[in-house]
Amino acid sequence: MAKLVVSFEVNGVATDVLTEPNRSLLEVLRDSLELTGTKEGCGTGDCGACTVLLDGRPVTSCLLLAPEAEGRRVTTVEGLARHGKLHPVQQTFVEQGGLQCGICTPGMIMSAVALLERNPQPSEDEIRYAIAGNLCRCTGYDKIVRAVEAAAGRVRESQGVDAESVEAK
Amino acid sequence: MRGFAYHAPQSLAEAVQILSREGDGGKVLAGGTDLLIQVKERGFVPRYVVSLRNVPDARAVGFDARRGLRIGAGARLSEVAAHPVVQERYPILVQGASLVGSLQIQNLGTVVGNLCNAAPSADCAPPLVALGASARIVGAGGERTVLLEDFFAGPGRTVLEPGELVAEVLVPAPEGRSGGAYERFTPRQEMDIAVVGVGSVLTLGEGDRCLAARICLGAVAPTPVRATHAERVLIGQELTAERVAAAGAAAAAQARPISDQRGSASYRTRLVEVLTRRTLMAAWQDARG
Repeated sequence: MAKLVVSFEVNGVATDVLTEPNRSLLEVLRDSLELTGTKEGCGTGDCGACTVLLDGRPVTSCLLLAPEAEGRRVTTVEGLARHGKLHPVQQTFVEQGGLQCGICTPGMIMSAVALLERNPQPSEDEIRYAIAGNLCRCTGYDKIVRAVEAAAGRVRESQGVDAESVEAK
Repeated sequence: MRGFAYHAPQSLAEAVQILSREGDGGKVLAGGTDLLIQVKERGFVPRYVVSLRNVPDARAVGFDARRGLRIGAGARLSEVAAHPVVQERYPILVQGASLVGSLQIQNLGTVVGNLCNAAPSADCAPPLVALGASARIVGAGGERTVLLEDFFAGPGRTVLEPGELVAEVLVPAPEGRSGGAYERFTPRQEMDIAVVGVGSVLTLGEGDRCLAARICLGAVAPTPVRATHAERVLIGQELTAERVAAAGAAAAAQARPISDQRGSASYRTRLVEVLTRRTLMAAWQDARG
């Protein structure tokens, strides 16, 4: 099987990967690029552990053939922290105990980040809908929902501050 | 995953050429959410895959008043459901497309793929059949258009011939005062497959007079099926709650579901009655505006 080069952006970095066409984006991220933050759960798109953002939208990377990512923008959990500072969603998952074994956590966080980018003021129902494709067998989801609510507050705060500083100028 | 050759043609014509040149064992790849599961879980390995990702306009969703809505083969479920024209004129399709899998699946999977995979429970099928949609099919022999109600041949099977692919789905512009609704029953709210799904579209004349009715049932037969007896109860009649209830009973009397792990035949039959009635009431409300 002929290999091919896939060129795409991973966490803001232009990246070329040589791969067989039958590998998934998940396999390429973990095995070729050593971005092992993204986990494999079921491998069939049911559990959401492998969720990454493709052009800003959450997708199950186990169901995307790597060549299909050509020219696209991929964000993994490794791409969220800025200057050594965790993303608000990561920070509140830690503070609120929104994780136990940790396997679902990167995917859960990516779904939550995608939600807050579209909707910084989600209701509890909207949060639960946004993570419906991310299964967690440890937490019972409640602490995850609290963590996302807390993160939403911080994202709004930081945006509010930004908006004021822009107006001041 | 086992190996296969991968093609990413620059046009639909080139895709058709590849399918015709390479012959048997090819699969067209749009979203891939069904195809990759077949490869990983069911041991189905295509000899080659033809990806539509480089085909210009494959992801397009467009509308004009004369031709109606066009949904390209590559248009994602989430893109179709979020499209302003679809939200305004085809809410029944938003209801169907928003129920497939998770948000992650809706961001990869396509409306056309949901149809071509031909699961009897596919949530896009009843809305689109009820809307009178058709598939524009291209192949080496030329092009043809098939009404969606004639498109499905059985579980996982369609009327597509080897070497053919669906270029787009065409949905007529809604006529006059019309409305529609899709509902399915599942034990869980999300991440589930319809035990029964019903899509209903009504067109009203003067007052509450029913000019046209199209009802499609999912997951009660090897393919999505029209509930023609129920439609006849309504067409030309003045709509009332009693008449809608009679249509529900007629749909249940005509349906011949099977029993499986998702539900027994008698339970499904009862669901057909309830969901037909509910979707007709919602479609009626929608048509009144």
